[in-house]
Amino acid sequence: MELFTNAVLLTLLAIVTVAIARQRSLFGVVILSGIYSFLMASVLIVLDAVDVAMTEASVGAGISTVILLATLHLTKSIEYPKPRNTLLPLFVSVFVGAALVWGTIDLPAFGTADAPIHRHTTPRYISDAQDHRIAPNIVTAVLADYRSFDTMGETAVIFTGGIGVVLLLKGRRRRRPGKTAGEGMS
Amino acid sequence: MTALTTFLEHYNYFITIFLMVSGLYIVIARGNMIKKLVGLSLFQTSVYLLYVAPGKIIGGTAPIFDRAYTVYSNPLPHVLILTAIVVGVATLALGLALVVRINEAYGTIEEDEIFSADGEI
Repeated sequence: MELFTNAVLLTLLAIVTVAIARQRSLFGVVILSGIYSFLMASVLIVLDAVDVAMTEASVGAGISTVILLATLHLTKSIEYPKPRNTLLPLFVSVFVGAALVWGTIDLPAFGTADAPIHRHTTPRYISDAQDHRIAPNIVTAVLADYRSFDTMGETAVIFTGGIGVVLLLKGRRRRRPGKTAGEGMS
Repeated sequence: MTALTTFLEHYNYFITIFLMVSGLYIVIARGNMIKKLVGLSLFQTSVYLLYVAPGKIIGGTAPIFDRAYTVYSNPLPHVLILTAIVVGVATLALGLALVVRINEAYGTIEEDEIFSADGEI
């Protein structure tokens, strides 16, 4: 049942991706990418990654869609007209895809419990988190207790990104009245 | 028969690769910058799947302790990908802010038109 649900949701994801690639209306692209994020969140729930699914649903489908729509509003562009020559990109994509398929064929089958990823490091984290009685959710325990400095680094990255956005958009507001009023303001 | 089993066992990875390659295709083939950024985030999202899918154990449960369960899926990829999602939205926001500024400077967000405007100057 798990496998079947997983396969159906993944197929839907692939269909939505094709729709995104073919869609010419930017508004449609934004809405489809919201649908894509919700489907991805569902797939992540089936894959037992509930924390990641929650984040993807709120950040990927929520905030990303909002900032994409805000950009559409600011740039006033709803559609893009002419397609480019797609032969070279198609060739590059197919080549990269073939190389990746060749690389993944030898990977262990999906869902097996004795794959190398489950035998190393992870059992230690699981048993330690149980012994230390930090939080019942192991993801929280690793993120906030064992690896909290990494999480602090992540926060620094987001802070830098936020400052960058504020600086870029702040200069814009200052220039706009200058342009409409005359050449006086720089 | 064996080819079919291999395909079904690796269906996750194949879809992941398809999503990744589609993102790459959109980034290269489309000249519109918003579309390019959407393609970039498709690429990013496929990486989430690439990390989380191998951590799943069939019959396991989400990595939250409970007396009723003993088999948990691997929590470490989840931690990594939580970080990746949040950093991904930060980079997307920065890219879109740049698009807004480019639109003000050039009056367009089509790459070809920006290149031709630069050529005239």
